[in-house]
Amino acid sequence: MKAYTPLLTGTVTKYVFVESPEMTPSDLAIRAYEISQGVMIKETCFGLQVTGREEDVNRIIDSLRALDPTHIFVKDRGFPPGDPRRCRANLGGARPGYFGHEFEMGLVRFISRGLSALPSRRPDDMPRPPVPEKRERLDAARLKEIIGSQES
Amino acid sequence: MANVFIFPTTSLILSDLVARFGHTPLSAAMQIREIVQTPGLESPPLQITPEDPKKGLRWAAVEVPAGVRGRMSLYGPLLDRAEAAIIVNNADFSFGCMGCARTNELLMFLIRKKGIPVLDLEYPANEEEGVEFVAAIKRFLDSLPGGRA
Repeated sequence: MKAYTPLLTGTVTKYVFVESPEMTPSDLAIRAYEISQGVMIKETCFGLQVTGREEDVNRIIDSLRALDPTHIFVKDRGFPPGDPRRCRANLGGARPGYFGHEFEMGLVRFISRGLSALPSRRPDDMPRPPVPEKRERLDAARLKEIIGSQES
Repeated sequence: MANVFIFPTTSLILSDLVARFGHTPLSAAMQIREIVQTPGLESPPLQITPEDPKKGLRWAAVEVPAGVRGRMSLYGPLLDRAEAAIIVNNADFSFGCMGCARTNELLMFLIRKKGIPVLDLEYPANEEEGVEFVAAIKRFLDSLPGGRA
């Protein structure tokens, strides 16, 4: 076993996803470069990865989010960009985790719609979100009865 | 501001909405970041070492497979910090191997056993459901300590 020396310690990486009719990932990247001040910006097909000290990353993300608040989405990333354990340049095929993004990016238009509808909603309106179906389970006492009836 | 556990733990939508409405999302990325930024012995790809299933004993019994205990060493600390949880059920991309499936079941059990406020949802399938989905999450987050209610 080899000793492990981590890279980019003390930094955070965040994904910025854009799914907007008015803004492309490259528009977003240009805005991010303008205010980056030494923070690492990586442009991707879906948006950006921003890596740096937490306060700098948050500052940039707050500014970017303000450009199109209902169509820009942000989440944390564990690995830094280009990490050989995750980067598809080294692995081939889609990056692990990409399938999750692909799935949720198909749904963010519904979320964007929900975010734009929020201000017009009355505060006392009770939301009726999609909830998991409750399935009736077999009662333990009934199961015991069935077992008993088979034994006798 | 409350620490909100999200499930699926890598969800972009949940992570974004929790942060957007003023709370801290507890996602898998935070734990992965801590692990990959800690020096030690090289153990790619996730720097999970034989020590991690031992750490997982805090949340899973010794007869539970090492794969579940190893995963719990990642999610367990998040669970300990959680003050509320948002769970999206039946998410296609949370499907995985038996280790993932059993860890997910154990996580659901531990969340409910902890007695914290939990919001159970499903992903929206159309715009109307999207509006209700976002409104429900906002209402839930506003009701938490430090929320905007």
